[in-house]
Amino acid sequence: MNRPGVDRSGTGASAAPATGGGRIRTPLPFPTAAAPAVADTQLRANLHRATRTIRGKRARVVDEVPDWEALRDAGAAIKADVQRRLPELLEQFEASATAAGATVHWARDAAEACRIVVELTRAAGADEVVKVKSMATQEIELNEALEAAGIAAYETDLAELIVQLGDDTPSHILVPAIHYNRAQIREIFHRRMPDAPADLSDEPSALAEAARAHLRRRFLSARVAVSGANFAIADTGTLVVVESEGNGRMCLTLPETLISVVGVEKLLPTFTDLEVFLQLLPRSSTGERMNPYTSMWTGVTPGDGPQSVHVVLVDNGRSAVLADPVGRPTLSCIRCSACLNVCPVYERAGGHAYGSVYPGPIGAILSPQLTGVADNASLPYASTLCGACYDVCPVKINIPEILVHLRQQAPHPLAERATMRVLSWVMRSPRRWAAALRLARAGAGPLGAYRERRTGARTLRRLPWPASAWTRSRDLPLPAPQTFREWWDQQ
Amino acid sequence: MRIALFITCVNDLAYPGTGIAVTRILRRLGHTVDFPTDQTCCGQMHANTGYRAEAMPMVRNYVDVFDEYDAIVAPSGSCTAMIRDQYPRLHPPAAPVAARTYELSELLVDVLGVTDVGAEFPETVTYHPTCHGLRMLRLGDRPLKLLRQVRGIQLVELGDAEECCGFGGTFALKNPDVSTAMLTDKCARVRDTGARVLAAADNSCLAHIGGGLDRHRSGVRAVHYAEILAATGATS
Repeated sequence: MNRPGVDRSGTGASAAPATGGGRIRTPLPFPTAAAPAVADTQLRANLHRATRTIRGKRARVVDEVPDWEALRDAGAAIKADVQRRLPELLEQFEASATAAGATVHWARDAAEACRIVVELTRAAGADEVVKVKSMATQEIELNEALEAAGIAAYETDLAELIVQLGDDTPSHILVPAIHYNRAQIREIFHRRMPDAPADLSDEPSALAEAARAHLRRRFLSARVAVSGANFAIADTGTLVVVESEGNGRMCLTLPETLISVVGVEKLLPTFTDLEVFLQLLPRSSTGERMNPYTSMWTGVTPGDGPQSVHVVLVDNGRSAVLADPVGRPTLSCIRCSACLNVCPVYERAGGHAYGSVYPGPIGAILSPQLTGVADNASLPYASTLCGACYDVCPVKINIPEILVHLRQQAPHPLAERATMRVLSWVMRSPRRWAAALRLARAGAGPLGAYRERRTGARTLRRLPWPASAWTRSRDLPLPAPQTFREWWDQQ
Repeated sequence: MRIALFITCVNDLAYPGTGIAVTRILRRLGHTVDFPTDQTCCGQMHANTGYRAEAMPMVRNYVDVFDEYDAIVAPSGSCTAMIRDQYPRLHPPAAPVAARTYELSELLVDVLGVTDVGAEFPETVTYHPTCHGLRMLRLGDRPLKLLRQVRGIQLVELGDAEECCGFGGTFALKNPDVSTAMLTDKCARVRDTGARVLAAADNSCLAHIGGGLDRHRSGVRAVHYAEILAATGATS
């Protein structure tokens, strides 16, 4: 059997695990990719309104849970336990799911996972699949692989459908079409959904009704469905999908063949562990006390639901994350997207700037670890380290700490490295530092006096590159006429 | 109690007034303060930009310089957070001295048990709780407790106060567009208050927001809150 490169000893002693592929790389550096979003006032307004609404809802429903902090601790502890004994739990899951009638497949990377799904779909004699919204299948670029194999993949989650019809990519983990407003969505339906009513309005209920009618035909004709899973329970072999619209349940019950693509980190040891996560996830993601639909299935139930059930367990770089003790808690992520909704950088830059299917703060640490930091070197810097993400994370991933950890590994620009080394050499010596302060103050003295005489302010307004990055939007203070230590010495 | 001042690199060079203010407040309260001149910088910029090895000499220098003091006070939330949160991980022997390092409001409220420092500052002031003070040190309303006792002050609430201003150290240089977008929103919230003075606990954030306010000729002054606590009468 084809196993992923999970280090079964848990010591990281084996050869370095392979990095992942798929849509997890920034094609452009983050600052470059963010520029058009920052300049797009419509997008900025859409993101501001949407993230503000969701974070308000989340804060309200979290505040009403008296043991929220204890729940977070429990969630983090269960996930840490999973990470400590992942190989063992994966084997347990495989045994339980197989005993229940499912077939478990192992995929080392994105390409292998796609190949397995294509082969299974072909074996089922289908040339189309319906899909439940799934980050893992977005990650491995399954729709593209299916299309290349002549198989049509239809997204059935409303927001995923909007993005698919718009020939776009998702820009948020929970709300993939967050970057559109309803007028833009109406326009996409009008243009790309052949059975949309001619007089379709931009009322959310009318848009949802049009999508519902459109999707109903797909559900009834599809013979193969592809899903992800929010959780995979090791002791029972159960898969769990949590959703809001009910489209997922249609996909999970109507077709003959069900193929679930699941990241290896989704394991939970026991069925009772779900209790913690079914409280943490909906409140953190949609700001609901409980999500409308929770579907669970364990292998095959004769005469009911899909009779051919497959689970594809995907590594795609996760073993490499597991092998790093500092980065490892990244695998605790339950894809709730609370960190995106509170992130001031995400709110201005939008999801596409992160390049990967995982945007926002979690994407800034997950994507570089899956690909290797050198391939996503700008992402660990796409944060001010303000810490809002760590405060809301339901499983307490210390995102700022991991960002700083990844910055150590990122390739540094030569000029920056030289500057940092010189500064370090100066600042490690009190004598050199005091001299540098005198020098800076003396050098700025005439300039400061000049500016002060002309404008009354000791600030600079326009500087050449690289300081222009600062002065394009803010004045720069000049060194004071007297440093603190000079004042101290005078006393 | 032997109190030492840690006047951060940015303060020493560009904002000596903040260090002078801290000295005056503590002396006014009857304490003797020392400024060990062998101090340099906490190393935050290096560590947070990904240059841990280059930060380490500064970490060790800090421990050497301040180890003998009962309390070390720094008028900077982010430098204090660097020392308290990161030092013990970077250099375990730094843990005891890191635990005795306080942001100004922690020293005054928690260690010295004072909220009224005898200040007078007749101005409308709004307060921005900077991210590291807010979320790493959990300063809470300590700075506001101190400001509320200032004679003549009129404190006005800042909208979306807990949102980052977009400075983020080298973030402002590496991601200038996003940083500017965040700054623009922060400056707008500051102007919405109608206050004439913006106070905060970090001169680097204040340099960023103040630089933005100056660029838009808003007429709002960005001031470290220590300078308000040191004031005794008409504004300087």
